[in-house]
Amino acid sequence: MAMFIRIDVNEDVVRDTGVASKLIETCPVKIFAPGADDKSVTVVDDNVDECTLCDLCEQACPDGIKVVKLY
Amino acid sequence: MRFYEFECRSVLGKYGIAYPEGGLAKTAEEAEKLAGELGCPVVIKSQILASAAREAGGEKVAASPAEAKAAAEEILALEIKGLSPVGVLVTKPVESEKEYALQVTYDAVAKLPVMILSDVPRKNLDDVADDTPERITRRHFSTLAPIRTQVYTAKELVRGLNIGAPELNRLTQIASKLCDLFLQYDLTVAEINPLALTGDGKFLAVDVHMDMEEEGRFRQQGLLDEFGIPSTETRGVRGEPTAMEREAQAIDAEDVRGLISPFVEFDGNMGLVIGAGGGSLTIFDAVTQAGGKPANYCAIGGNPSVGKARRLTKLVLSKEGVNKIAVMSNVVSNTRADLVARGVIKGVLDLGLVPSEVITIFRCPGAWEADAFKILDKYNIDYCDRTVSLSEAARRAVAKLDD
Amino acid sequence: MGIILNDDFTFIVQGITGREALNFTRECLNYGSKIVGGVTPGRGGREVYGVKVYDSVREITEQTRVDGSVITVPYQFTPDAAFEAIDAGIKEIVIITEGIQRKSAVEIIEFAKMHGARVIGPNCLGVISPGVCRFGSLGGPAEDCKKAFGPGSVGVMSRSGGMTTEICNALTVAGLGVSTAISIGGDPVVGSSYAELMPLFEDDPQTEAVVIYSEPGGPMEAQLAQWSQDNNSRLPIVAFVSGRFMDDMPGVSFGHAGTVVHRKVDSPAEKIRAMRAAGISVADLIGDIPRLVRERTGG
Repeated sequence: MAMFIRIDVNEDVVRDTGVASKLIETCPVKIFAPGADDKSVTVVDDNVDECTLCDLCEQACPDGIKVVKLY
Repeated sequence: MRFYEFECRSVLGKYGIAYPEGGLAKTAEEAEKLAGELGCPVVIKSQILASAAREAGGEKVAASPAEAKAAAEEILALEIKGLSPVGVLVTKPVESEKEYALQVTYDAVAKLPVMILSDVPRKNLDDVADDTPERITRRHFSTLAPIRTQVYTAKELVRGLNIGAPELNRLTQIASKLCDLFLQYDLTVAEINPLALTGDGKFLAVDVHMDMEEEGRFRQQGLLDEFGIPSTETRGVRGEPTAMEREAQAIDAEDVRGLISPFVEFDGNMGLVIGAGGGSLTIFDAVTQAGGKPANYCAIGGNPSVGKARRLTKLVLSKEGVNKIAVMSNVVSNTRADLVARGVIKGVLDLGLVPSEVITIFRCPGAWEADAFKILDKYNIDYCDRTVSLSEAARRAVAKLDD
Repeated sequence: MGIILNDDFTFIVQGITGREALNFTRECLNYGSKIVGGVTPGRGGREVYGVKVYDSVREITEQTRVDGSVITVPYQFTPDAAFEAIDAGIKEIVIITEGIQRKSAVEIIEFAKMHGARVIGPNCLGVISPGVCRFGSLGGPAEDCKKAFGPGSVGVMSRSGGMTTEICNALTVAGLGVSTAISIGGDPVVGSSYAELMPLFEDDPQTEAVVIYSEPGGPMEAQLAQWSQDNNSRLPIVAFVSGRFMDDMPGVSFGHAGTVVHRKVDSPAEKIRAMRAAGISVADLIGDIPRLVRERTGG
């Protein structure tokens, strides 16, 4: 269970902007995995605390992804 | 990595440097058979990666094959410095008229390879240099020019002991061959001691020692294959790794992000999650100087993942009698303090323990320290910033062991 | 001004497209260093943070003055990269690469000597004169680097890159600051030893004291002690020797490749004895370094 970082995903925005595969590729610590279909992503809980706060996911989808520090 | 003498002899053979007739026996029966073939008496010598095997009883002379078998049995069972022999070398004894010591190694001050010759055999050459400096001579040579263009340097070496005909030319040849193989096989030491001059005017390498640099392994696969040395054989002087040390190696191997090794177990009760190379040496000393007894050595470096720091923490706390840890490093530039903090806290929580009770101090200033401090605040962990020295942080950590 | 570097110092990065090189190239540029080119064979024509990438060193030296090169190519290719830089006339070579063979290091150093070039490293992080120039990867991101390396009067030489930062940080926090810090490398054979760099500090008006960080293994501390006895230096030296717990563990390596104690004189205890006999102050605790520097400089 992630304790330090929470990733908020707005599924509709991710779907509409078509960034699912980009998110999966861009995260250096593999937080995103393919979702139910190729337009969506799921968050891999085991990897969330590995987040390096590199912002690449937020840059890829500013309105659909929020990285929240839990500290 | 160190070679066994039987392997060293094989290397000498490739360069035409002669040694006493004989071979390796892995069992007492093989030694008996070999003694019969060579004709007695024979010398039975332990094949072990420890110095001073002779002094420790690892060498015996046998007058018959039966005696050879008995001697081999005894030597094969003899542990020296915690190491066991892989066999015995069975050779013809050498009757020497005169003995020398010849070594090639690196001179880290001159930053060149150096050949060293002495007519005081069977002694550590550093001691010879201290005790009888007039009986030892040195000559540097080049790594850039082929040895065939600098044979004269070997001659100058030999002349340094005022040696003339007939030994001069033969010793020159042996010394330059030793230089050649030293460079060819990426050795850090090649020593023939004693190098015996026999009654019939031959030189024989009665004892040989060679060390190859670890960094040379990838270039020397051919030689290692020839000797049947697998890449997993480290030939370390520390002996077999403990279960904990093996687990640390596994953690490093399974996740390539950053490093936690070398990990070494010690007898104390203060768990250390420390980094990096020089920092770990300094912190280990600081904990000891503050009266603490470290339970382990480790060296976090290269920005390990949260998962790796977490597993390391659990490993350190898994040791019997360890219920407190110190998390410390020098000012970090690459490794991130916040990721270390996350990993350590997760590791402690995994074990059902309370981070503020288990972590005596957290002192990893540098990259991402502001985030680290926020995390540590949230869990009420005692931490310090870059204004607190490693020795002061260690003192604070050790003081809490008595709580 | 410090040593080796100056405001106008120019250098290149060999292996500039590698992961670590990308990082420190950006960090050096942010710090204000003048990087006049990068080399990665096969990647010529690209750009890295505005720095042009070439296929060979000579393509850069033919068009501009190059004072130094930072080499961070895989260890198999390090000797050739160093030979290339030295042959192109570059005089200050920093080799960051770790794990290169001792024989290769000796070859590079011998070649450099023939051409009048200086080698720092291998297995080091480079050189920094705070506020003047940063030549290598010491100190991490420019902002962190400025925190740990304040300008001042103490020259620092260290066998550990991380401990270079640690000690400079302590000197900065204490208000003493650093003239030039050199991570000299953790390998058994390195291009520039303490004793060989001392005359440079001796000639630098900004430097008023020198701090060294040393480890078990090797003859460099004994060499420094000898230098100190032979030269009537104006500079007080404060040393710290780590790995004292290794006194009882001959033959074992814990940290850098160079830390194995082969001979009695390589042990921490013996190094401390020799340096103290030569008038060098040896700090028992790492935290004592700034105080000892103050005592020795009368500050």
